[in-house]
Amino acid sequence: MEEKRKGAVLFSDYERGSAIKKLRDLSREDILFELKESKLKGRGGAGFPTSTKWMLTAAAKSDIKYVVCNADEGEPGTFKDRVLLMEYQALIFDGMVIAGYTIGAKNGIVYLRGEYSYLLDSLETYLMKMREDNLLGKNIAGKEGFDFDISIRLGSGAYVCGEETALIESLEGHRGEARNRPPYPVNTGYLGKPTTVNNVETFASVTHIVMKGGEWFCKHGTDKSTGSKLFSISGDCSRPGVYELPWGTTIQELLDIAGAENTKAVQVGGASGICLPKSQFDRKLAYEDAATGGSIMIFNEERDMIHIMNNFMEFFVEESCGQCTPCRIGNAKLLEGVKMLESGEYTFKYINKLKELGQTMQVASKCGLGQSSSNAFLSILENFKDEIFNVRKGGNHGN
Amino acid sequence: MLVMEKNQLTEEIEVLIKKYGKERSSLIPILQDIQKQHSYISDYAQQEVARLLDIHPVEVFSVISFYAFLNSSPKGRNIVRLCQTITCDLAGKKNVASAIERELGIKFGQTTPDNKITLEYANCLGMCDVGPAMIVNDRVYYKLDPEKAVSIINEIR
Ligand SMILES: Cc1cc2nc3c(=O)[nH]c(=O)nc-3n(C[C@H](O)[C@H](O)[C@H](O)COP(=O)(O)O)c2cc1C
Ligand code: SF4
Ligand code: FES
Repeated sequence: MEEKRKGAVLFSDYERGSAIKKLRDLSREDILFELKESKLKGRGGAGFPTSTKWMLTAAAKSDIKYVVCNADEGEPGTFKDRVLLMEYQALIFDGMVIAGYTIGAKNGIVYLRGEYSYLLDSLETYLMKMREDNLLGKNIAGKEGFDFDISIRLGSGAYVCGEETALIESLEGHRGEARNRPPYPVNTGYLGKPTTVNNVETFASVTHIVMKGGEWFCKHGTDKSTGSKLFSISGDCSRPGVYELPWGTTIQELLDIAGAENTKAVQVGGASGICLPKSQFDRKLAYEDAATGGSIMIFNEERDMIHIMNNFMEFFVEESCGQCTPCRIGNAKLLEGVKMLESGEYTFKYINKLKELGQTMQVASKCGLGQSSSNAFLSILENFKDEIFNVRKGGNHGN
Repeated sequence: MLVMEKNQLTEEIEVLIKKYGKERSSLIPILQDIQKQHSYISDYAQQEVARLLDIHPVEVFSVISFYAFLNSSPKGRNIVRLCQTITCDLAGKKNVASAIERELGIKFGQTTPDNKITLEYANCLGMCDVGPAMIVNDRVYYKLDPEKAVSIINEIR
């Protein structure tokens, strides 16, 4: 076991079960109030206010509702949920129990990516312990009529299943193809019932908010991005890993913390995020500036940006569910374009067409995958054009 | 397939349906268990799952074909999945892959003639801080270099 992690919010001390026991004296309105105060936004990437999502699910009329924990963590460069799932089970599961209490659900489901199946046994063991301690099951923590239990379902190797409606399709036994929205899961989710889908880290944040209050949470981070964030840092640096930092930390500060030197580019938000050059390292990591679900990948001066683009585009060509044309065809065309850039066999006219295509994909694709898969292509092309068009291979391509 | 084998498979699937329930939402857990046990989901198994869940066999096949970890044709008893995504790639995936290929005499995407090992690439495994990484069956290995990777493979050979 590694030495204990330290952090201001998520990695601060927490005694397992204590937030659940606190529910004895809290109404669901109390919790919704604290959540609203906290201004917590979803940690899975999209940044939707958690209090609104829970309020809507709580208000939806149905005897049966579901709490779903999105542990599909498939965004390249993200591994913070893995750390939470390995070392902070109490924060996650207690957060799910709180969600069940708040929205009026009796069932929670963890959708664990198939690649993390090695975590299954320890998670199941932990859930058993919760049942023994009456933190799950019937009349939880002695509160009459408060029943809730959690089960775990494994994914089967599909990145798009992290998208909440594709995830629900998968849970229902179908291909993981995203649904049209509306209706939203808060009304029509798993098996057609009101469902709140939240990221692992979102549940962990809620647990701390219930213990220490929304006001305390707001003391960290920025005005629009409250609290702290787990960043998964990888690539060219001497201290890669998961770090808890307040929102508003700049990219340069983060590079220093991770021991990155000679940095050329930072990919913020994973393969579906954007690639930033040195001139933008003063930007803040926050919903209002450089937003991210936590993935930070560092590339040093030696790295070839076209190679990086190529890797990202191959990823999306493989992972597109193929349901809609902009994404299915668009990603394949962009990958072809990268190959042209690589070989030098391109015209600027065609590259400009591909840029337009990338923008079309952002608006015309059905789900977040296709809406964001051209980000890396477009931002690398924009921010590293010197390298791509001039310096490369003697510098006389495309003229 | 022999009649006896068929009967046994049907029994197995009946047990799985008891375990997970006869709902459509049980389909993937059932397929995952069959996959785990037999390293693929045969035509016959697909038909039986469809019959017992009361859905069309095409539905079952369509689900299998969607997910990378479910397959309808036989694979090796051990599946090696090496991460091909960018951080692992930059950390030396290529050398690890070539070393494994040389050692086994097959390429990624192929299965050894004795059906022991299938080599596949996977996308980001969530081990980017300690890449290159790979998963062998249900175990994850990280900080790989060619020598380390080959010795892990040799253990399952
Ligand atoms: C292609 C794609 C993959 C996604 N993968 C994940 C994921 O692995 N984990 C996650 O929490 N959210 C993921 N999301 C976001 C979810 O759709 C959803 O917004 C999130 O689970 C909501 O939880 P939150 O509000 O707590 O962030 C993904 C979205 C898209 C479009
Ligand atoms: S955008 Fe891509 S992943 Fe999403 S529904 Fe369309 S094809 Fe499928
Ligand atoms: S890039 Fe290989 S584990 Fe994430």
